[in-house]
Amino acid sequence: MKYAFSRKQLAIPYAIFLVLFVILPLLVVIFYAFTDGEGHVSFHNFLAFFASSKTVGTLLYSIVIAVTTTLICLLIAYPTAYVLAKTNIRSGDALLLLFVLPMWINFTLRITALKEILTLLEGNLAMHPFLNTIVGMVYDFLPFMILPLYNALVKLDDSYMEAAQDLGASRRHVFLKVVLPLSVPGIVSGVTMVLLPAMTNYVVLDMVYNSTYIMGSLIGSYFSSYDWHNGSVISIILLIIIGVSTLLSNRYTQGEENGRVGNLR
Amino acid sequence: MEEKARDTLIELKHIKKVFEDGVTVIEDLSLEVKKGEFVTLLGPSGCGKTTILRMIGGFEKPTSGELLLNGKDISSLPPNERPINTVFQKYALFPHLNVYDNIAFGLKLKGLDKKTQEEKVKKVLDMVDLAGFEKRSISTLSGGQQQRIAIARAIVNEPEVLLLDESLSALDYKMRKEMQLELKEMHRKLGITFIFVTHDQEEALTMSDKVVVMSDGDIQQVGTPEDIYNEPANLFVADFIGASNIFKGKMVGKKQVEFGGTVFECVDDYDVDTLIDAVVRPEDVEITEAGKGQLEGEVLTCDFKGIFYVTNVKTDRAEVEIHNLKSFRTGDRVGLNIAPDSIHIIPYDTSINHYEGRLDRLLPGRGFMIVFEDFTLQDIPYSAIYPGAREADEGHELLDEKGQEISWQGAGVVVSFLPEDAVLSDDPEAGFVTGNIFNFIYMDDHYRYRVRSESEEDYIVNDEYLWNHGDHVSISVPMEKLHFERK
Repeated sequence: MKYAFSRKQLAIPYAIFLVLFVILPLLVVIFYAFTDGEGHVSFHNFLAFFASSKTVGTLLYSIVIAVTTTLICLLIAYPTAYVLAKTNIRSGDALLLLFVLPMWINFTLRITALKEILTLLEGNLAMHPFLNTIVGMVYDFLPFMILPLYNALVKLDDSYMEAAQDLGASRRHVFLKVVLPLSVPGIVSGVTMVLLPAMTNYVVLDMVYNSTYIMGSLIGSYFSSYDWHNGSVISIILLIIIGVSTLLSNRYTQGEENGRVGNLR
Repeated sequence: MEEKARDTLIELKHIKKVFEDGVTVIEDLSLEVKKGEFVTLLGPSGCGKTTILRMIGGFEKPTSGELLLNGKDISSLPPNERPINTVFQKYALFPHLNVYDNIAFGLKLKGLDKKTQEEKVKKVLDMVDLAGFEKRSISTLSGGQQQRIAIARAIVNEPEVLLLDESLSALDYKMRKEMQLELKEMHRKLGITFIFVTHDQEEALTMSDKVVVMSDGDIQQVGTPEDIYNEPANLFVADFIGASNIFKGKMVGKKQVEFGGTVFECVDDYDVDTLIDAVVRPEDVEITEAGKGQLEGEVLTCDFKGIFYVTNVKTDRAEVEIHNLKSFRTGDRVGLNIAPDSIHIIPYDTSINHYEGRLDRLLPGRGFMIVFEDFTLQDIPYSAIYPGAREADEGHELLDEKGQEISWQGAGVVVSFLPEDAVLSDDPEAGFVTGNIFNFIYMDDHYRYRVRSESEEDYIVNDEYLWNHGDHVSISVPMEKLHFERK
């Protein structure tokens, strides 16, 4: 009998990877999160997380860090991406590369370099832990915000802007009523790529001697002391936050996506 | 046609446009558009028609020249301050807004109250036959519907001028036909000025009051559709609008013209011996029995086109295209007749292929060396420029018939040649100048090429071989066919 090769079979390697490294570990995490030391099902770990002012404080601190980082990234990245995408500079691509280039350099190396610069400027880094953390985070995540915004704005046909102007819109109105709403998918994916990693990236905090915990540091400390149950709980909480925000952002960009699919047919 | 005395609404005066990359699209263009006119800018892609439209809309600024609306210069006004609206080529409907919000976009910016907005949107939706579509999202509309919404979005603002940029080109054939009639009807109802840009001559002829034929950044002809079709001002227009047979010929008597080896009666009168091109529309050639026609020939092909047949007949001097209702077999001998009023005569443009240069030096024993902007000619006999002149003192001076010295240094000279005397070659060394083929027209038994040199000088050459647009060629002309004149 002839062996019939189907395209579906190409997915087998990924399916194996998915089961081994995503689904199984997830099940293990869920198992640990909802059991106690003796293996009984229990919600105690969750209740304990929300009962402790220390852990809730960590959650809030993480959110503050992540939201601040995201907002600053957005404020810097949007105008940058707009200029790169919409100005007829011949070196536009080269400039974009300049902004994205840090992504090619090892993260630890980058953050160490930044640490040296900050030390040079401030002397003692421990004086401004929050500020330094934000600077480090923004520095680290900026390219992840610029890229999706650039992609969204570059795809935005100039004729939309011209049409808006033609209908009587001033430059400000063109931006507010056409450019901004049409770049929402880019904003959403940029925010997704910055907000959630910023909640867990404790390496930045370590580097700038910020001793306050964020969610990532908490998981790290639990796991390194073999407390699988509490570590898993925090992972699940983060997972829920990611899940909810993805659902929200999907809903926000759904109209746009449907439109694209419609055009393909 | 009724000819109402209308006021001038838009006036372009000596508009020049150079793009940022240094390319000149429009050299010097002037145009007048009257109130309430349906004007079509027609031309091949790259002729500058869209640039003109974008300048009127405010999306491009003229490099120099004046752009007047109601007598006031508006060339520096941004688009949002002009009483002009545009229907974009790809419609540019906002995908994040539904039909209602798209149409009401301009009204909202003007700050009209909600009730007035709703009334106006409803009125234009009725007008474009899409009543009840307010809540629909743009992505659910067909191409034709999007087109109508784009028109509705523009006219709801009650502009003085509506600009349409190749607005029908994305629609299929049937839809396009329908929209052509609808647009014309809409123009009649609204009474505002429409400026329409297209490369489709049929579209232009169907819809417009006035057609502006453009090529290469220049206006070739402005006229009613009938004028443009029946009395093309030059070969470009004749070739671009409709199908045509173009014959090379000359006047041989009073209202008598000779081409294809036969003398025809015609209705245009030019001096005897004037070189001309005769344009004959394929539907104006009558096919008759062999021996009874002014021209004789053999049928090469005969193709059915739906409502007529296209018959190609080869005479001994030319190939003629005929459109009529009869079918013929390949090889049939037929006669061809052309009525006098079907022959449209365009005298040779006497200014073509004239180039100004300067006498540069004497090449002892050989002749003049003349330097032109694009090229240099050597060994030009002295007598071609100064009749009877001869060289003396080993080429140090030039004497006329009487032995007087001629001061020739730096004198201006114009060289000219006829298109049929020039020869094209793909060997860049073969001719005196090189350039790229810019456009070409099929004529009775040859092609007429326009070759553009690097310094943007044009050369017109007739050649029997088929070259392609963009081919790099050199041009040579036999010495005896070059005509020199002192300036």
